[in-house]
Amino acid sequence: MTLVDVRDLVKHYAGERSWFGLGRARAPVRAVDGVSFTIAAGRTLGLVGESGSGKTTVGRTMLRLQEPTSGKVLFADNDVFGLDRDRLRALRRRMQIVFQDPYGSLNPRMTVEDTLREPLEIHGLKGAVTALLDEVGLDAAFAKRYPHELSGGQRQRVGIARALSVEPQFIVLDEPVSALDVSVQAQVLNLLAELQRKRRLTYLFIAHDLAVVKHIADDVAVMYLGKIVERAPASRLYAGPRHPYTTSLLSAVPVPDPKAQRQRIVLQGEVPSPASPPAGCPFHPRCPHPRKNERCRTEPPALREVATGQFAACHFAEQPM
Amino acid sequence: MTTPPTPTPGAPPVLLRVRNLKTYFVTEHGKGTARAVDDVSFELYPGETLGIVGESGCGKTVTSLSILRLVPEPPGHVLPGSLIEFEGRNLLALPAPELRAVRGNQIAMIFQEPMTSLNPVFTVGDQIAEAAIIHQHLSRKAARARAIEMLRLVGIPDPDERVDHYPHQLSGGMRQRVMIAMALVCHPKVLIADEPTTALDVTIQAQILELLDRLQSELGMAVLLITHDLGVVAGHADRVVVMYAGRVVETAPTDALFERPTHPYTEGLLAAVPRIDTPRARLHAIPGQVPAATAWPPGCRFHPRCPYAWEKCAAEEPPLLEVGDEPGHTARCWLVSEPERRVLKR
Repeated sequence: MTLVDVRDLVKHYAGERSWFGLGRARAPVRAVDGVSFTIAAGRTLGLVGESGSGKTTVGRTMLRLQEPTSGKVLFADNDVFGLDRDRLRALRRRMQIVFQDPYGSLNPRMTVEDTLREPLEIHGLKGAVTALLDEVGLDAAFAKRYPHELSGGQRQRVGIARALSVEPQFIVLDEPVSALDVSVQAQVLNLLAELQRKRRLTYLFIAHDLAVVKHIADDVAVMYLGKIVERAPASRLYAGPRHPYTTSLLSAVPVPDPKAQRQRIVLQGEVPSPASPPAGCPFHPRCPHPRKNERCRTEPPALREVATGQFAACHFAEQPM
Repeated sequence: MTTPPTPTPGAPPVLLRVRNLKTYFVTEHGKGTARAVDDVSFELYPGETLGIVGESGCGKTVTSLSILRLVPEPPGHVLPGSLIEFEGRNLLALPAPELRAVRGNQIAMIFQEPMTSLNPVFTVGDQIAEAAIIHQHLSRKAARARAIEMLRLVGIPDPDERVDHYPHQLSGGMRQRVMIAMALVCHPKVLIADEPTTALDVTIQAQILELLDRLQSELGMAVLLITHDLGVVAGHADRVVVMYAGRVVETAPTDALFERPTHPYTEGLLAAVPRIDTPRARLHAIPGQVPAATAWPPGCRFHPRCPYAWEKCAAEEPPLLEVGDEPGHTARCWLVSEPERRVLKR
């Protein structure tokens, strides 16, 4: 059963004006440029991309932490962008978010207990702070502590507990482990997997690290310059990527094995500005595909199904690299 | 990668020797002394890449800063008895003018965050040229030409134009290339790279690591690569030093470390890395967290988190013991002498 249905989501930011706001506006930044996907209840979609790909904007716009430019998001058949304030607030209890930087997203003047109690009060819920702490693997003694007294991993556990406090069905996890050390990262990833199983949660897991995503996601979508360039069940995407950007990203992930025999593709150049994306396929200036031709420079490829459940936006998806 | 030198007598002379380095910090409010680097020793040979790996708080960055005497004093201080020997001279005992002749000239450093390490009000050309003017006494004109040449070397397109740009006009990857150009302008014998790619996207990281490999083979320098990423070490280091809680816990040639990780911390860290080259499975997590540097545990500093620990580990700290499979493979663990104890407790 589909819980989250995102249809043609667009978020443009108005271009800055030169001359201290008096001059001509620059071209708008097309942060998210027509993104569609669905997430079935109890599943995890990994949304992967580099800086500036628009992955974080997708997560925030879906929860209406930012207003969309256009598009539609259905959450359990509720039109998220069409709700008034009160109904949106009621719906927000069912959709939560965990941020990358737990230090920046916890109030330094509130104890852990206050932080966890606040959402319960707002939504008029009964719930025990100690039970929540226990669920995320923290001792009850942490209730009286302040964020600065916690390690990075402990803070992220508090961030997760806060999201869980209102008993949501869906959680957007925005780079939840990127700021953590490897050993702690593994603890938090295992905790997220366990909570999902116990509470039947649905996740949108936003990350730049394909290796991390492999350990948690059922399906993966890869973004580049505001668009999804490939989407597939995780097993298919990792075993046989169809878009050359996915192939390149996979080959760039360092593997902790000095004897690993791998094809190394080092992409040249950098991601262009989302204010002036290239014509045709947005990836064509960096694309290492040997068949790249004039068509790539002029005609934007559509995201199309190239194998069962596997979608890729490449003219040569049938002849992957 | 170059061929790993064998650290045996008669092998190539040591370029940089760190011996019994102790760098402590006095904390505020009398919370005690943080023993950030606590008796660390290793050698760097000409032309090799030595990886120093560990998580936050293990002391790897303070080690690298100590080598160039960049630790702010106070609160930090390098204890007497520490030795940092470069080409036969103890850098810790060098008078300031002589140290300056080494720093940035023969030993250079690049940092994790290029934006905070570049001066925002000078052009990148001026910043690259500065070291060439100071250390190599080039004229302004010659130094500018050298800066352009360095920008070309590190793969920056249109170096003649970029030389007049300011740091804010460059992307993160380009800034890191500028940092590398600055560090290499005097052709140092040692490059200390402290998490050089941590702040970068994975495709840009691959570019920068490829660039460092190429420059190393072209210029023949030794690289001290400090990172938390075992994947980066596997692909780019000849030998590895693993640090935990201010101590070296394992040293090994790279292949031996990944094939036969011997210290339980190394073993645990390797098992905790999410990988794209293996099937999805529950990740191994090391329980607990790194203790505070003001209160390292007694005995083996890893014993409270170690799955194999027994009474001896809590009472007595092991020395670095020869593992015996390959020269240069050592581990600070009693399991080396009592391998039958390597049994997971339930």
